[in-house]
Amino acid sequence: MDFLNGITLISNYILIPGLTYGSQLALGALGITIVYSVLRFSNFAHGEFMSFGAMTSILLCWLFLSLEINLNPLPTAIIVLPFAIIITIFYCILVDKIIFKFYRRQNSKSVINLIVSIGVMFFTGGLIRFIIGPGDKNFFDGERFILKAKTFKNYTGLSEGLALKTTQGITIVLSIILVVLLFWFLNKTKTGKSMRAYADNKELALLSGINPEKVVFITWIITGTLACVAGTLYGLDKSYKPFTYLHLVLPIFSAAIVGGVGNPIGAIIGGFVIAFSELIVTFAYKKIFFYFLPNYLVPDGLLQILSTDYKIAISFIILVLVLLIRPTGIYKGKII
Amino acid sequence: MKNRSRIQILYFLMAIILFAVGIFQSWNVALTIFNLCLISSIMTLGINVQWGNAGIVNFGVMGFAALGGLANIIISMPPTSNAWETGGNFIVIGLMIFVLSIIFSVFMFKRVNFNKRIKYLISFLIIFVGYFIMRFMVDSPIEQIESIEPAKTGYLGGFNLPVIISWPVGGLLAAFAAFIIGKISLGLRSDYLAIATLGISEIIIYILKNEDWLSRGVKNVNGLPRPVPYEIELQSREWVLETANILKIPLPEVSSIIVKLSYSVLFLLVLLVILYLLQIAVKSPWGRMMRAIRDNEVSANAMGKDIKKRHLQVFIIGSAIVGIAGAMLTTLDGQFTPVSYQPLRYTFLIWIMVIVGGSGNNFGSIIGAFLIWFFWIQSEPLGLWLLSFITSHISDTNLIKSHLLENAAHIRLMFMGMILLVTLRFAPKGLIPEVKR
Repeated sequence: MDFLNGITLISNYILIPGLTYGSQLALGALGITIVYSVLRFSNFAHGEFMSFGAMTSILLCWLFLSLEINLNPLPTAIIVLPFAIIITIFYCILVDKIIFKFYRRQNSKSVINLIVSIGVMFFTGGLIRFIIGPGDKNFFDGERFILKAKTFKNYTGLSEGLALKTTQGITIVLSIILVVLLFWFLNKTKTGKSMRAYADNKELALLSGINPEKVVFITWIITGTLACVAGTLYGLDKSYKPFTYLHLVLPIFSAAIVGGVGNPIGAIIGGFVIAFSELIVTFAYKKIFFYFLPNYLVPDGLLQILSTDYKIAISFIILVLVLLIRPTGIYKGKII
Repeated sequence: MKNRSRIQILYFLMAIILFAVGIFQSWNVALTIFNLCLISSIMTLGINVQWGNAGIVNFGVMGFAALGGLANIIISMPPTSNAWETGGNFIVIGLMIFVLSIIFSVFMFKRVNFNKRIKYLISFLIIFVGYFIMRFMVDSPIEQIESIEPAKTGYLGGFNLPVIISWPVGGLLAAFAAFIIGKISLGLRSDYLAIATLGISEIIIYILKNEDWLSRGVKNVNGLPRPVPYEIELQSREWVLETANILKIPLPEVSSIIVKLSYSVLFLLVLLVILYLLQIAVKSPWGRMMRAIRDNEVSANAMGKDIKKRHLQVFIIGSAIVGIAGAMLTTLDGQFTPVSYQPLRYTFLIWIMVIVGGSGNNFGSIIGAFLIWFFWIQSEPLGLWLLSFITSHISDTNLIKSHLLENAAHIRLMFMGMILLVTLRFAPKGLIPEVKR
């Protein structure tokens, strides 16, 4: 029984939150990785693109709710998502046409593009705060839990509860669908293959008649979709605050780099590595030992490796470690 | 000499703008802006050495500035009574053991010949063990120190020395951090370097936020000593009273203007010294070498220049300058608030200043700092004014209007983004371009 309790404890506090946060990071890191491999720069504005997506979802949610369209028990955000994705894609392409295109034509260095993306970040951040305000917005509605801790306890008779929030379930399911679609697109369709060719060797791709503007266009469609979904899911899960997305950029970059920039599988794995190490390092192991060890062996103290305050800092520490030990990331980067 | 006339015109313009603020708003506001402009321009000088002259992307401005701020606490605050006796020594020893374990593992990694995987494993184990020894030694003393009058102190305190010493010490702290960060990350490509420095600066901020025994964390350290007299003190002085009478300005205002002016003098002195040194450095063979490395690393390497060493050198110098500015900023504020260190305000805004002013030109960086800081402060009222102008024909009860006016403050982020984007598009070399030598 104790063993089962221990397992439940781990899945409740590490497994499920890790899977959720990991998929959010993975979706974000995928966006960054794809922009990096096709357009060849680190897009600091990606966090704000995610925020933009979440914002459009919220605005549309309010609109739909005022029209009394909802999807009870699922949150309204689900019906809204396709429209929000379209708007985010539109915004990304607009930004590309007005700003990034110029530097692409000039063949600017990647650092210049990076600084340009910081300008975009500032502008988008300002725009978002201007439209929706800097405050906290909770746009979750519908049933809160798929599985309540209490129901689980009653059902199994364990003393530890296992809860699965609706947002967590949605995040994991949607991420899987999106990732499967993305890989199908990249590996099976002709357009996806041409994109990979372009990312792999630009000159050769141009020689074989691939239209660069079309590749860029599709890149932004994918990036916009990923950004919008990731942003909305993150906002749904943890309530939406515009400024959190600036801080989310760094864990996302860490995820992309840890996995190997330019490699989509790497981005996904990187996301989960970051998410799980954040949880594992800051988890208080006292209770686990309580279940797995005989009573007289359980030490006192919380048994945390690092206090919970350092949760986000861990992603940077991992980033530094990876840069030190294996700068190319887990998977060698730069290939789609 | 197109550049020289540009410098003259822009500096003159900036002076007029500040004077206009002094006349139309108040001299207090003008001087507050001026002081922060001076500090920002020192920070931009630091970044300009790295980016403009050596092409290094340092996004760690925030961290170095915060380390400068920390120097204020360490130097100027009185030591907390009993804190050292209760366990300050244990903390120091514990930290030293951890640092030694890192040094030892690096040393072992470099010297011992083994399979690479085993080497990583052993290094990791050594650091891991060092970490737990440190935790074992440090945990209970930290708890004790943090429980000494937590509302007032609860930290180790400092050395009770004049606060001005903290400026060079802030520079040294930042230089030391820059040495370590540079060793870790300077071998990386520019994009990675940017992200790595940004990440490390966040780690620094997290440490300052959470290690209460060092910096009181989110409880802030208030009441840092000042290098200049207090307003109350001034108000009882004879000559201050007289000036107030002659100028017919209320006494409190006169005294606060005098305080701000004395800060300005101090900051201006530091700025001029740093500017002078940097100008010499840029013109010297060293500056030429830096630019050669920036423009073509391969050929500079072929000429026998040690690129890694030079990059590390310039990274340390620039970061130390940022550290000095950070220390000055905390002295000006009179308090150390780790929460206030945001990458948007410290790292990215400083970068906008450098880019807009003209990367590679010290005078450009300074004017960039002045202009951008001025806009950053004034774009809030400007945005409000703009929006009330646009919405003036809409009735006051309209929801959209009230919403727009409420969020007007955030228009400044948009302004900043637009300024940066417009500069990069139409004047990529900035307001005062680098001098062709």
